Amino acid sequence: MKKLLIALMTTAAALSLAATAEAADKLKACWVYTGPIGDFGYSYQHDQGRLEVEKALGDKVETAYLENVSEGPDADRAFERLAREKCKIIFGTSFGFMDAEVKVAKKFPKVMFEHATGFKTGDNLGIYNARFYEGRYVLGQIAAKESKKGLAGYIVSFPIPEVVMGINSFMLGAQSVNPDFKVKIVWVNSWFDPGKEADAAKALFDQGADIIVQHTDSTAALQVAEERKLHGFGQSSDMIKFAPNAQLTSLTDEWGPYYISRVQAALDGTWKPDNVWLGIKDGAVKLAPYTNMPDDVKAMAEATEKKIAGGWNPFTGPVSKQDGSPWLKDGEVADDGTLLGMNFYVKGIDDKLPQ
Amino acid sequence: MDITVNILLTIATAATPLLIAAIGELVVERSGVLNLGVEGMMIMGAVGGFGAGYLTGSPWIGLLAAIIVGALFSLLFAVMTLSLATNQVATGLSLTLLGLGLSGMIGTSFVGQPGVRLPNLDIPVISSIPVVGKLIFGQDPVFYISIALTAAVMWFLFKTRTGLTLRSIGDSHTSAHALGIKVIRYRYLAVMFGGACAGLAGGHLSLVYTPQWVENMSAGRGWIALALVVFASWRPWRVLAGAYIFGAVWIGQLHAQAFGIPVPSQFLSSLPYLATVVVLVLISRNKRLTMMNTPASLGQPFVPDR
Repeated sequence: MKKLLIALMTTAAALSLAATAEAADKLKACWVYTGPIGDFGYSYQHDQGRLEVEKALGDKVETAYLENVSEGPDADRAFERLAREKCKIIFGTSFGFMDAEVKVAKKFPKVMFEHATGFKTGDNLGIYNARFYEGRYVLGQIAAKESKKGLAGYIVSFPIPEVVMGINSFMLGAQSVNPDFKVKIVWVNSWFDPGKEADAAKALFDQGADIIVQHTDSTAALQVAEERKLHGFGQSSDMIKFAPNAQLTSLTDEWGPYYISRVQAALDGTWKPDNVWLGIKDGAVKLAPYTNMPDDVKAMAEATEKKIAGGWNPFTGPVSKQDGSPWLKDGEVADDGTLLGMNFYVKGIDDKLPQ
Repeated sequence: MDITVNILLTIATAATPLLIAAIGELVVERSGVLNLGVEGMMIMGAVGGFGAGYLTGSPWIGLLAAIIVGALFSLLFAVMTLSLATNQVATGLSLTLLGLGLSGMIGTSFVGQPGVRLPNLDIPVISSIPVVGKLIFGQDPVFYISIALTAAVMWFLFKTRTGLTLRSIGDSHTSAHALGIKVIRYRYLAVMFGGACAGLAGGHLSLVYTPQWVENMSAGRGWIALALVVFASWRPWRVLAGAYIFGAVWIGQLHAQAFGIPVPSQFLSSLPYLATVVVLVLISRNKRLTMMNTPASLGQPFVPDR
């Protein structure tokens, strides 16, 4: 039943493709999103990037997008359709589009393809990603300063490397302030279900956490924090409007500058498949204005942000794994490959990683 | 003690939308109509409720709007299946798809806007009595509506003549028609009641549970409500029990995780669904009992032969 529904919805989404006037001299840039652009989270932020491209490059480009495209085989059709509709550059924004893009990119060698968060490249397929873990280190430091009980609640979606990396980075940040800092982790097995996220936040607060962190997409958890007069961090977009007294900062994605530079390169004819992992220093990972915290905490957060922008990696040794075995030696920096495949916790996390 | 009260409150909030939507669908199915559009009506209620609340600033107007939008949206289903005698399963499914798409379109300008929240009941002195005060006198208004609704539907279906007539239509629309009962009119009203309930459940989501609008925020709760009706073998009090069991297992597994109980979280997350399957198996063991409870003409189109 659910499969059928998803298939139907994808078809519906495909039909709702923004019909834009064809103009031969304009470059057509296209996007594929896995969620609705109305999620006010991940897909929403990518779409904001698309709008920035329209704004910055004006008459030189036209854009189109497909939303609600399910990951997996169905994505093939979405990419192929866009390629046939004369899109010159196509951005696939979700990990699960990887194989579909690889396949379609081979079929359309003249179209430029870009894939977010994946690891497969090709002659006309580049990849891009953002180092969200850099921001999570800062969140960890703030949490350790602001939590009275030294206990944070962490709401997470699925045990994939991206998420595990975030938890580890958060804890390393927290431990740098308070070595005994603890975290309680709840997996809701969904990227997006406001009700479940709110329930998880309530459960974590009830069990003594006084700060909430999330790696899910809705504003629900922050709203619970607001109601309980406690604190938390936003995700993907600035959620201050939903929790004016609870949000400390928000880890936001800014894809606009990257998209503008790539579409510009396509216009200039200088586009080449690339492999970039953007971070705070590129402006792709941003922390929303620091609010609801004393000045000294704010100053610390800003200093850390600056240090990371200057090239320092939060995964710098000495770091031990959860079982106490050494991982990074003093001064050793984790390589990107290990980070992208991360499937273990660092020391100090009292939780079993679902495998 | 405090944590127990908080857990119970969380369970009540999680169970309320399921209960309301399922009670509405129960009445619809008791009249012999299967409306698979609960999810669509719920999400329309959510966007309608949020929109009205956001634009007027009054959560009560929002709640009322949610009910009206749900009822009007179900009217579409009623016209198709009752007056035009289309296939109920297909029409219900398309109602869900239409609702999900349409709500997203209507709600575009509401994304990222904080809405209004329906305040909890707060009676001076009484609401601050430990434990009982908060549980019985300190919840959101929709919680009380849901309990009253269950009792009212129970009374209506089994203690009133109209309720008896409705059930007889569900069991055999041809016999009811032969007796001169206005089958189509009854069914219209039942379907619209179901729509109003689903709308109210949606309003609870966007005005109480998580006061915001985001696309697809019902996240499958309409389907769970549909399952609850079968789970409850079309009995209102069992719907109540089912909704709360479902809520309790769901909230319980979150607490188990936060507590650090070393069970895979994927397993814990699937527990509520597993519980549904187990109960369904237990119930359907007795074939005669299941037959007795199932409305016999459920899902069959009815065309009066004059």
